[in-house]
Amino acid sequence: MKTLAELQAIRDRQKMQMASRSGDDEGKIKVVVGMATCGIAAGARPVLNTIIEEVENRKLTNVQVTQTGCIGMCKLEPLVDVIVPGKEKVTYVHVTPEKARAIVSGHIVNGQVVTEYTVAGEKA
Amino acid sequence: MEELALNILDIACNSVRAEASLIKIDIAADTVKDVLLISVSDDGKGMSEEFLRTVTDPFATTRTTRKVGMGIPLFKMAAENSDGSFLITSKVGVGTTTKATFALSHIDRMPLGDVAGTVVALIGQAEKADIVLNYSVDGKEYVFDTRRVKEILDGVDINSTEIIVYLKEMIDENITSINGGLII
Repeated sequence: MKTLAELQAIRDRQKMQMASRSGDDEGKIKVVVGMATCGIAAGARPVLNTIIEEVENRKLTNVQVTQTGCIGMCKLEPLVDVIVPGKEKVTYVHVTPEKARAIVSGHIVNGQVVTEYTVAGEKA
Repeated sequence: MEELALNILDIACNSVRAEASLIKIDIAADTVKDVLLISVSDDGKGMSEEFLRTVTDPFATTRTTRKVGMGIPLFKMAAENSDGSFLITSKVGVGTTTKATFALSHIDRMPLGDVAGTVVALIGQAEKADIVLNYSVDGKEYVFDTRRVKEILDGVDINSTEIIVYLKEMIDENITSINGGLII
């Protein structure tokens, strides 16, 4: 069973990585998951957990995953914003864990917006 | 909400917005008494008596992005639908406690669901708050405390994806062990 003791090893490894890497958040890709009642009820938590796992499994160190509250588009939840520095924000709607995996590999890794999962793509 | 762990996450989000520095989540199942108790308490800014009287009403909310607040009414309904009880107490400047009980074996009781997923989602949301999970089944207990985790991490960000993934698995394994084959 995993214990807190093993966490020390992770900490030591991360400290070494921090020392060798310049720690600016400016150039990072930001992924923001909506987590108010509407998002949570629509399935935002497994979406968030899946994105974190994908980012970790792929060792994407230039990605920051955060959460936000209700932004007033409850019927489109779960909502996920992807903000690539220097580019316009892309909002994905009705995201599921499966779509989240496709967004990580398509948009974040390969730089291609997954248009079919955006508001515009759903209407089309 | 399809699982009670989602209600817990939603209620605890209120604690984050109330600027709590400590959020305690208690989950206790007692198979002899046939009771599941869920409590979320915080030391946030609390609510006035006047607002407290209205919070179980779906049309009460402090937010400005929409006019309804469903979180507390949904949790209350989940408890009352399964022969349970619901109580919310609050004091301005002291904090808020939301407590619900459920008849464990009631057919309409929602499953508890992914508690570990809820705790790590909360860690990501609560930059300034610490989280304590106290999980017990028939007296067997598991305690997870982010203050202890942060002590070990010694300045390394708890929200690094590697640490979050690790903590989620750790909490999950401990809960499964406490459950001892029981599905709650």
